[in-house]
Amino acid sequence: MNVALDGVAALGRALIAACLVCGRVALFGLSGLSHAVRPPFYGRMFLRAFAEIGFFSLPVVALTAIFTGMVLALQSSTGLARFSADSAVASLVVLSVTRELGPVLAGLMVAGRVGAAMAAELGTMRVTDQIDALRTLSTDPMKYLIAPRLLAGLLALPLLVLVADILGVMGGFLVATAKLGFSSHSYLTNSVNFLHWNDVLLSLVKGAVFGLLVSLMGCYHGFNSRGGAQGVGAATTSAVVSASILILAFDYALTELFFAR
Amino acid sequence: MTTPKIRIRGLKKSFGDKVVLDGIDLDIAPGTSMVVIGGSGSGKSVLLKCILGLIEPDAGSIEIDGLDLARADRAEREAARGEIGMLFQNGALFDSLNVWENVAFGLMAQGRMGRAQGRAHAASMLAQVGLAESVGDLSPAELSGGMQKRVALARAIASQPQILFFDEPTTGLDPIMGAVIDGLIVDCVKRLGSTAIAITHDMASAKRIGDQAAMLFDGRVIWQDSADRLLESGNPMVDQFTHGRRDGPIHMALRK
Repeated sequence: MNVALDGVAALGRALIAACLVCGRVALFGLSGLSHAVRPPFYGRMFLRAFAEIGFFSLPVVALTAIFTGMVLALQSSTGLARFSADSAVASLVVLSVTRELGPVLAGLMVAGRVGAAMAAELGTMRVTDQIDALRTLSTDPMKYLIAPRLLAGLLALPLLVLVADILGVMGGFLVATAKLGFSSHSYLTNSVNFLHWNDVLLSLVKGAVFGLLVSLMGCYHGFNSRGGAQGVGAATTSAVVSASILILAFDYALTELFFAR
Repeated sequence: MTTPKIRIRGLKKSFGDKVVLDGIDLDIAPGTSMVVIGGSGSGKSVLLKCILGLIEPDAGSIEIDGLDLARADRAEREAARGEIGMLFQNGALFDSLNVWENVAFGLMAQGRMGRAQGRAHAASMLAQVGLAESVGDLSPAELSGGMQKRVALARAIASQPQILFFDEPTTGLDPIMGAVIDGLIVDCVKRLGSTAIAITHDMASAKRIGDQAAMLFDGRVIWQDSADRLLESGNPMVDQFTHGRRDGPIHMALRK
């Protein structure tokens, strides 16, 4: 009996702890976003974060999208040929890339690249007293450090997703026309016919949500890191892992909400 | 009687079971330099952080110019704390900004100066701590420890604050550079007419910087007197600490 009660108590404690963390993250995010819409605004910090997330992530996102589109065309052609349905390659590639792979892969790549960098930078600022120094210089760290990064993540990732969607489809097109013998005209026609504007729009919505999640996790774990170099390392790992898991969980939730028929 | 610039009464702060400040009472007169000494973990940095508002105390009051910070509204509190300049132990310079942007950061962030004016002001502050204008274009990582401390001092005095805090200003510096930094601190405090609190373990530095001295032990002020009497206080605990004696009334918690 006691063992069962101990188990329930442990489960309860874990659940309360998880709720506490969720609440803290939510309050942190809301506070950051509220600072983003109230003056003073730090335009330089926003532009720096936007360039870091958007511009400097372009190569890695572009390469990931192109190769994924190419592999997808190859694999789907092999699978669909068994059912004599290889003509569906174009539609499968365009829908898979736009609805899922573009936003998710861009999100995961940015989480690994930018989320980790944000957590490491903010964590180092925390353990070297730079965040305290900001306060002593009458500057709110939430406004100066967090708000620009959250806003930049929210706005930059949809643009990256758009690029990933285009390049992913282009990767599939290249393999289909150069290797699988599709005519370029029929492939493009099939792609355009199957793609609905809703697919693109919701792909961008996913990008915005994932961008916010990546920035939020990077900022939250970095801002609250403790304990020197080890703490910064742990914050970096937590930022990447939590952002990746949240991207996949929110991907399912958004797909269920918008795409499920 | 003159109102103390900083008046602390019954200040308490604990972290879990660990009591760090256990009823601190301290008055610092305007224009005075107070040196706070005490062993590692005795609560010196926590005391400064409570005054700065970086840590919320559990109990007690902190008054600046007679204004009780706990009872003041947010604007009054921020205005009072805006008059404090802080030199952190490790400098805490912003890595992502170059030296002149660090020095003028507070003034530019508050909108009191544009970039051109901030740059000129930073050059003048750097000159006051003995650094050339060209240093302004370097990044903090390119500076030696002593230069970083000087830049951090220039940043602390850039807004000409009425109160200056120094957290172990000579830690990690060689004795000559330590004396140079102490000299700059004394010059800056005198020039600005500021009230200063310095935390240090360095007795030579304490005597150079301080008019008054206080010692913290077990979260309380156990001694306060003129800084000249640091080495001959007559208090066995202070004497043991200032002379670095192993034996005495203070027992370090060492595991055997």
